[in-house]
Amino acid sequence: MGEWWTTVPIGTSLGNDEISSISHVTMSPSRQNNLVSMYSSLPPSRSSYHVLSSFCTEDNIPQCISYINQELDSLGLSSCIEASAPGGAGLSRVPALNAMHELMELHRRDMSTLEELEREQLKKCSALDHIQMNNSRLKDQLELSIREKSGLHETERQLQLKIKTMQSCLKTEKDEVQKLQSVVAGRASQYSHDAKRKEREAAKLKERLSQLLVDRKDKKLAIDVLNYLGRPDGKRSHWKTAKATVGHEGEMYKSLLNDYEVSQRSLMLENAELKKVLQQMKKEMIHVLSPRQPSPRGAAADDSQDQADSDEEEKPADSSRETLDQSCEYAKEQLANSIRQQWRKLRNHMEKLDSQASLVQSQLESNREMIPRETHKDEMERMRREVQQCKEFIHVQQQLLQQQLNTSFDDETAALLNDCYTLEEKERLKEEWRLFEEQKRNFERERKNFTEAAIRLGREKKAFEEDRASWLKNQFLNMTPFTDRRRCSSSDGQSALSIRSEPEMRMSSTKAQLAQSSTYTTFSTPKPSQSAAVPSTTELYRTLRLIPDSSSSRHSNRGRWQESSSTEDGDARVQSKNRVRSGDLSIFSLGEDEYSLT
Amino acid sequence: MNFSEVFKQSNQLCKVSPDGKYLATCVQYRLVVRDVSTLQILQLYTCLDQISHMDWSSDSLFILCAMYKRGLVQVWSLEQPDWHCKIDEGSIGLVSSRWSPDGRHILNTTEFHLRVTVWSLCTKAVSYIKYPKACQKGIDFSRDGCYMALAERRDCKDYVSVFVCDDWHLLRHFETETQDLAGLEWSPNGCVLAVWDSCLEYKVLLYSLDGRLLSAYSAYEWSLGVKSVTWSPNSQFLAIGSYDEKVRILNHITWKKITQFEHPSSINNTKAVVYKEVEKRTAVGSDDLSLHITIGTALYNTRSKYEICPSPVQIPVVKPDPDRANPKIGVSSLAFSSDSRYLATKNDNMASVVWVWDMQKMSLVAVLEQTSAVRCFQWDPCRPRLALCTGNTTLYLWSPAGCVSVQVPTEGGFQVQSLNWHRSGDSLMLLGKEQLCLCYMDTDQEDKSLGCSFCLPS
Repeated sequence: MGEWWTTVPIGTSLGNDEISSISHVTMSPSRQNNLVSMYSSLPPSRSSYHVLSSFCTEDNIPQCISYINQELDSLGLSSCIEASAPGGAGLSRVPALNAMHELMELHRRDMSTLEELEREQLKKCSALDHIQMNNSRLKDQLELSIREKSGLHETERQLQLKIKTMQSCLKTEKDEVQKLQSVVAGRASQYSHDAKRKEREAAKLKERLSQLLVDRKDKKLAIDVLNYLGRPDGKRSHWKTAKATVGHEGEMYKSLLNDYEVSQRSLMLENAELKKVLQQMKKEMIHVLSPRQPSPRGAAADDSQDQADSDEEEKPADSSRETLDQSCEYAKEQLANSIRQQWRKLRNHMEKLDSQASLVQSQLESNREMIPRETHKDEMERMRREVQQCKEFIHVQQQLLQQQLNTSFDDETAALLNDCYTLEEKERLKEEWRLFEEQKRNFERERKNFTEAAIRLGREKKAFEEDRASWLKNQFLNMTPFTDRRRCSSSDGQSALSIRSEPEMRMSSTKAQLAQSSTYTTFSTPKPSQSAAVPSTTELYRTLRLIPDSSSSRHSNRGRWQESSSTEDGDARVQSKNRVRSGDLSIFSLGEDEYSLT
Repeated sequence: MNFSEVFKQSNQLCKVSPDGKYLATCVQYRLVVRDVSTLQILQLYTCLDQISHMDWSSDSLFILCAMYKRGLVQVWSLEQPDWHCKIDEGSIGLVSSRWSPDGRHILNTTEFHLRVTVWSLCTKAVSYIKYPKACQKGIDFSRDGCYMALAERRDCKDYVSVFVCDDWHLLRHFETETQDLAGLEWSPNGCVLAVWDSCLEYKVLLYSLDGRLLSAYSAYEWSLGVKSVTWSPNSQFLAIGSYDEKVRILNHITWKKITQFEHPSSINNTKAVVYKEVEKRTAVGSDDLSLHITIGTALYNTRSKYEICPSPVQIPVVKPDPDRANPKIGVSSLAFSSDSRYLATKNDNMASVVWVWDMQKMSLVAVLEQTSAVRCFQWDPCRPRLALCTGNTTLYLWSPAGCVSVQVPTEGGFQVQSLNWHRSGDSLMLLGKEQLCLCYMDTDQEDKSLGCSFCLPS
């Protein structure tokens, strides 16, 4: 089939020369085409086979053969079918088969191409559909946009129209405004003009009226005074003279001058005050700024330069101070300038400080964040709360403990507590016991001393008694018994006195009397000695010279313990001295004590 | 606080003499002079007609009674009761009569402001001053009585003439740069003359005594301008109240604006104390209503007192009618206290409110919001104490220490329309419609039993 198609362009190319030839040539392919279509449609159908079978009959085999050969030739197949026998019905097999084979091949090839073409056509068809659809859509879009465009065009046109009308309106309005303005202006001028005219007329009328009134010699216009008054200042009125006017001028200028003077004075005062403030400010500025200079800093050079500047400035400023009072313009400028300079410096300094401060602050912040007051407060609050909580905790715990003690473990804990208490008590008792023991020991020691002293006394007495006995015996033996006896009694005191040891001498006079009176028996002699031994430890001490006399009062109302402690060292001496004998004498002393008590 | 009995008066013509000793009142065509301390009648004069104006001479020796309808002025002497003087202006008419500062001349303004006639009581001399301008305040005498400034209108131009009062010599005559001069006022030291234009243009001009223009001030254009102008007693400030509801204060050195006080409808200033008058009608039971009615005073038995309002306060504002002339808006009343420390102002579209400003701090001190429109307010001539009335039976006083409202304890409901301080500051003259009453101040403590209620700033 492709071949057929290819021929068509050839045909058309040929037909280019002559239209008639084209029509002629094109006819043949169409016919062929028809034929081919007939061909192509033939093979599948049975009917076509039938037609084919009816194509060759027994009778027309040679024609058929020739026809087929022709056809084969036209198809470009070289093999030609020959009759096996001329005029016979058989065919030579080989060429027929070859031809058939070739035909078959051809047919198969055609079929495959056909299939391919069909597929292609299908593809093309779908593509075409797609394209068509696309096309239609695009067409729709186009239409839509065209419509839109036209709509927009329309609105634009309308708007333009509107603008035009508006513009015309505006123009008319403007015109109107202008007109009105001009009208207003005209009216205003008219009004002012009229007003002026009216005013003039009124003035004229007034003039006229007053003139008329004057002309009419209004009789009513009068003053009726009983008698004229004097001027309040008592002077007579002056004539209006040039002198008077000059005087008035003078007065006026005087009062003006006065006023100006007053105001100038107040201004001067104010000015002076302000100057003072300025001076002070300057001084303070200098004062503030000067100590900063030596500090080594990055801007030291700048500072020094500033300083130099200010120094330069200083002198004229200082000198200006004197001239200031004369309010010299130059000095004022100088002062202002110097102040300005100082102020600039101060400002720079402040800025520097600010920047430094901010730097330091930032550093600080980077180091450790500053605790704002609020957080501090919060912290405080929190801590307080915590403390409170802790207190509550403790309280609760105490309560619980108490409860527990009171309820469940009553006996045991009571016992425990009791134990605790008893232990404590014991401790205390021990302490007391110890004190007591100490006291007791002291007491003992005292008593020992006492007994020792008593024993010593007793011994001495015994010795004395013995002496006396021996002496009496001697006397008795030497003299008469009566005189002896009397002398003995009288001399007893004296002799006793002479012999008596110091402790005995210290005894009260009553004791001496006692000793004197106790003349009846020798047995009575121990009695005074015993009485002497009993009185008190202090007395004993005194007799023993352990404590001075004067201190006796001191011991009167003091505790025993202290007494003993105060005399301890003295005691110790005595003790060590008498210890040797005290051991065996204790019983005796006790007995003697008992004796004395009874 | 004590109150005298009530006296009759008409046209609110009651004046205390400049020396403070006598009280002159007009009752119809009679002039009654009383002693201020005893209130006993000293003299009684009878005029020819109903008195329309009355004034004391500066030396308290003479009283002028003008009868404008008849064009008559009668002068009475206090020392010589039989002395009399009658001035007849004749057919030319009379609209205003006043004393000259020396008390020996009378200045009469004729109808249509044709001229000012100066009558001398010492000689029979009559002087005329032509072309006086009919305006808000066309004549002003300097405080020392030396000079008189007179606004004039000639050839549609404004002029000011300065006269020496001694012999009426024309000292200066100069044209002012005003469209339509509305008023002029001497500074208290008598050296500067403030001149202001009519409300159509905001313009204040300051002239020296010798006629030089010292300064001109204009705050804005194309709007209604100056409504009131007042000098401070120390001549340091010039307060200008205008239709834009502001008061502008000029200084006396550069004549520039120092500050401006605005009158906003809502006050947010925490430093200012806002006193609000609260009226309480005393509850009257139905059973004793008749009794009260018979008493009569009970009808007016409303007790008012001040309350301090917390900071954001809304003030009632009446919107003025834009179509009417002289709209009720802007600052119309300005008054400095005697020590120049305080300035009291009233804005016309907040008619029930008086504003008190501190001139040292240049700030609002107090706002007194009344229940009705303020009729009149005046400073005590000796102390920083402001008295005001609103046309009811209560007298209101403000001082830096606080605020007080006092019921006037008179029968028949004495409605205070106007008030005037005695020059000593110890008593206050209250004027009703047909009556007058003197109110004596207690210097130390106020009597609470008379129905005054205090309000002290916190």
